[in-house]
Amino acid sequence: MSTLFDQFDVWGAFWMTIKLTVLAAVFSLVIGTVVAIMRLSPVPVLRFLGTSYVNVFRNTPLTLIVFFSLIGLWQTLGIELSAQLSVNAFRFAVIGLSVYHAAFVCEALRSGVNTIPLGQAEAARSIGLTFGQSLREIILPQAFRGAITPLGNTLIALAKNTTVVVTIGVAETAYLMSKVNEDAADQLTNVFILSAVFFVVLTIPIGLLTGRLSKKLAVKR
Amino acid sequence: MSDPSGATPQDTPGAPVPEDTAGVPEAASVPAQAAPGEPLVVMKGVNKHFGDLHVLKDIDLTVHRGEVVIVIGPSGSGKSTLCRTINRLETFESGSIEIDGKPLPEEGADLARLRADVGMVFQSFNLFAHKTILQNVTLGPIKVRKQSKEAAEKRAMELLARVGVDHQASKYPAQLSGGQQQRVAIARSLAMDPKVMLFDEPTSALDPEMITEVLDVMTSLAKEGMTMVVVTHEMGFANRAADRVVFMSDGAVLEQGTPKDFFTNPQTDRAKDFLGKILTH
Repeated sequence: MSTLFDQFDVWGAFWMTIKLTVLAAVFSLVIGTVVAIMRLSPVPVLRFLGTSYVNVFRNTPLTLIVFFSLIGLWQTLGIELSAQLSVNAFRFAVIGLSVYHAAFVCEALRSGVNTIPLGQAEAARSIGLTFGQSLREIILPQAFRGAITPLGNTLIALAKNTTVVVTIGVAETAYLMSKVNEDAADQLTNVFILSAVFFVVLTIPIGLLTGRLSKKLAVKR
Repeated sequence: MSDPSGATPQDTPGAPVPEDTAGVPEAASVPAQAAPGEPLVVMKGVNKHFGDLHVLKDIDLTVHRGEVVIVIGPSGSGKSTLCRTINRLETFESGSIEIDGKPLPEEGADLARLRADVGMVFQSFNLFAHKTILQNVTLGPIKVRKQSKEAAEKRAMELLARVGVDHQASKYPAQLSGGQQQRVAIARSLAMDPKVMLFDEPTSALDPEMITEVLDVMTSLAKEGMTMVVVTHEMGFANRAADRVVFMSDGAVLEQGTPKDFFTNPQTDRAKDFLGKILTH
């Protein structure tokens, strides 16, 4: 096991996975909320755009999206996010992960919206709140509370899905595993076990935390 | 329920209604409605369908300032829909509705402004479940009327005291009884200083002993000159508090008149049948 740590940057790989998870979680939450608002809005064009977004990104393989963000946006369209190759790939990886998981965040939020009785929105409108105000004050706060568990599922899936970005050469955990496979095959079992433990340690707290939060913040009716 | 036909006779609209209002402090009274008698809500030829069902048939209804109009009728007669079209929670296909001389706007900021002037109390209370009682009452004044938090909270506490739930101000709706929640809902509407208040079966979801506490608040509002449209099955309340009773059946207004005339001398067979069924049990 110690040879593994001597020969390879194990902690660097784990740290990269954590960075990918946290950044993509933040961006997908923001994008997913915006898409959810579009899907809830009274404007048909926005609803159509929101629905299209979800259908496109939810039904496209993540590998393809991650590939496209680097190959398509960078190599073909020439959009460069950093002059440094590894940083460039990392940023495109975050973009790919974010837009993909935003579709699931959107649907988790919509399931949260469905837990809210229609009367809440009617009461909000009847005291004169505008659509935006009732969304901000009444609907979204209750939707987030009702969506904590499905949001936690999405977050856990995201943490594990970061392994897909090995395909564009970001040095995270799956990249480490493939490196070990190539250069030190005798360490393969060790790196597999270590990676599995790492992901369990990363994701179990997410599940525990969201489970507890959803109980604590549950809206009593 | 007392027999309404003989309980508290009331001939002239707007006359004081004899009512015990113990437990309902008179503080924080509703602003006096200026110029009583002029039309405030005018519905003309309003029609609405739910699919094949014609739920509102050519409704003509005028509610005057300071008037208490109580809408009664069998289930499915369109009473609630009528009430909900007045602030456009339900759309309608033809006809017109004017409030205070202005036609109901389409969706958007204009409609939001109009709704701020029209109070609405629902059968299922619909208090904002994630906000405290005080926040429920201050939300509209702060966000819509742009009052300061302090001013809104001061007024909210007065109104909560008025409806007798000021001690529950920091609790959440689910911690209150149904009657208390409905009184908070009334305070939430009052906080917007509405020109007219709509009540959509406000006591139908309440235990019998809680109905009185809500009706007491409503009766005191009526006495103070609040313009009210009330959909209810409480015939005793209708008889006591109404200036005018509107009887609906199958989406149409079949007859209207003072409570005394309506309850003692209904004109249509449908109304006679309805009253016969509900007043004998």
